[in-house]
Amino acid sequence: MTAVLEIEGLRKTYRSRRRGTRHALDGFDMRVEAGQVHGFLGPNGSGKTTTLRTLLGLIRPNGGRMAILGHELPHALPTVAGRIGAIVESPQFFPHFSARDTLALLASAGDLPRQRVDEVLELVGLRERAGERVKTYSLGMKQRLAVASALLKDPQLLILDEPANGLDPGGIREMRTLMRDLAANGMTVVLSSHILGEIQLICDSVTIISLGRRVAYGPVDEVLAAHSQGAVRVRLEAVTDLPQAADALAGAGVRVTATEPDHLMLAGVDKPATVTRLLAEQGLYVSELAPVAVDLESVFLELTATAPVPGQHRQVDQSMKVGEPGAGSTAGGWGA
Amino acid sequence: MSLFVTELRRLAKRRLTRLLLVLLLLGLAGVATAFNFSSHKLSPEVVAAAQAESDAQYQRSLAAWQKEVADCDAAQARGEKVEDRFGPNCSRDFQPQPEMFDPKWNLPYQFDFRAEFSTFIAVFAGAVALFAFIVGASFVGAEWSTGGMMNLLLWRPKRLAVLGTKLAAVLTTVLGVTVVLGALWTAAFWLIGTFSGTTAKMTPGVWRSFGLDGLRAVGLVLAFAAVAFALASLGRHTAMALGAAVAVFAISEVGLRIAMAVLGVPFGERYLLSTYAQSWFMKQVKLFDYDACQFAKGECHPGELLVTWQDSALVFGLGTAVVLVAAFWAMRRRDIT
Repeated sequence: MTAVLEIEGLRKTYRSRRRGTRHALDGFDMRVEAGQVHGFLGPNGSGKTTTLRTLLGLIRPNGGRMAILGHELPHALPTVAGRIGAIVESPQFFPHFSARDTLALLASAGDLPRQRVDEVLELVGLRERAGERVKTYSLGMKQRLAVASALLKDPQLLILDEPANGLDPGGIREMRTLMRDLAANGMTVVLSSHILGEIQLICDSVTIISLGRRVAYGPVDEVLAAHSQGAVRVRLEAVTDLPQAADALAGAGVRVTATEPDHLMLAGVDKPATVTRLLAEQGLYVSELAPVAVDLESVFLELTATAPVPGQHRQVDQSMKVGEPGAGSTAGGWGA
Repeated sequence: MSLFVTELRRLAKRRLTRLLLVLLLLGLAGVATAFNFSSHKLSPEVVAAAQAESDAQYQRSLAAWQKEVADCDAAQARGEKVEDRFGPNCSRDFQPQPEMFDPKWNLPYQFDFRAEFSTFIAVFAGAVALFAFIVGASFVGAEWSTGGMMNLLLWRPKRLAVLGTKLAAVLTTVLGVTVVLGALWTAAFWLIGTFSGTTAKMTPGVWRSFGLDGLRAVGLVLAFAAVAFALASLGRHTAMALGAAVAVFAISEVGLRIAMAVLGVPFGERYLLSTYAQSWFMKQVKLFDYDACQFAKGECHPGELLVTWQDSALVFGLGTAVVLVAAFWAMRRRDIT
């Protein structure tokens, strides 16, 4: 497949006499294939927005390579800018202009036909309110306007930073459908969001960033599979047999992660049939043997080490860095 | 070209631009209207009435003087001391003379277009420069603070071209406003001169002089707009330009003035921006070094320093250029976060 977006070894360092040196991006890599909806995930302060701003020419990188649609950035950005639609962080517009004026001025700056403004207003559901001043809009409506401004160019690559921010449940579902439709029509979408359930539903592939480095990447199902850790839930016919079963399994080298009142949780089980056989040999009969599917949220929390711990208050920047002890292994299908 | 037209439209659509333009129009119209009512054409009847009033004042003054002399004589005859109350010689030396009652003093004010319009060009330039400063600063300052600049750069990722186009749009708009309002201002005062004052002795040379004053006014207005734009862009907020203006005023007009006086620096006013603003409009300002004189030792001719409008052009031109270069350099180098 063709790569629409390629980033290799991207670095951005902020130096301050008072605060010292901070690596916002520390050799970050990313690759997005054409026609995909790609999720871009990371904790607060991990470098997501810095990456997007750097891609879009707003921040000057200290090193690394970037390319969009085969053009090297930032040198060729003016050439490809017309094919990239983007919103970065929260939507910001001049509050006293109407949505129609805002889009009309952008369309005029980009030499686009005026009717395109009405098309995108219709697309994001703002047609009826297009004549009102932006300052009267709710956050969700501003978000819709931001998406409309990004779609105005009918881009080949759409980059959206938190597009569902402030949207009501109906709006989130509309946005999800819109992303899918756009991708089905050949548009590549890069989606940065903290709503991991949405990302799992919408995206074909993901990149997870932590402290400026990529910690996981690849198709969503492969990333999930790589971090499922062979978890299995076991129930027996007789609940009273659970301690004996736990001992038998542990004795055979199976990792028992939890003994619950009515079931056992196992980890690292490659072949669930082994469990059935081991227990049957002890005269213990299985009533349920179910692989436990992980979701993107648990993978994210594990990889970035940002899961809440009772009694602790995690600070921004307290997350996982690739190469540190305890770091989650990278996975995926893009290769090194 | 499309970006330039877009920026012109954006500037024209801004509420602040429209509001300030209306306020500027109302202010200038108010000044012209009030001035029209204060000026009166000197018809033969008005001149005759002033002459009659002058004669009457002379007669009243003469009668009062005669009464005072008579009172003094009477007091003297009663043996009273009169020097303290009436002066020497019973005030006979102070007889009013007809030439002391000039009819001109009883004439109403008449606007003389030839002699006075130059001052009104400076008034006009001051008002429009203030408009240009606020519009120039807020146009780019609001774009930065509301995220409009970032949005635009996502569409046109050529920073210097975008900033340059925005500056060109501001300068073009301000120039258009200055030229149109300047023409209306000239027409208004010409009409005031024609109907409520005088437009006598207007020669091509006088018009040429007014034209040069007008050009200097345009230059000042454009410089104000450019400096405000550059400062707001440097600080990425309108308040930066307004704050800098207040700071420059406080430092130059208050701080430096006091410091120069305390230190006794000869021709200390040459370090004040207001001196150069004055010479820009008055073509030249002469500064005197009075501190060098010891008047107790007799007549003294203090040292002189001439500040010309060319000096002002150099100071304002260099200042504007430095701020503009800094703004474009920052636009090129700084991250947009």
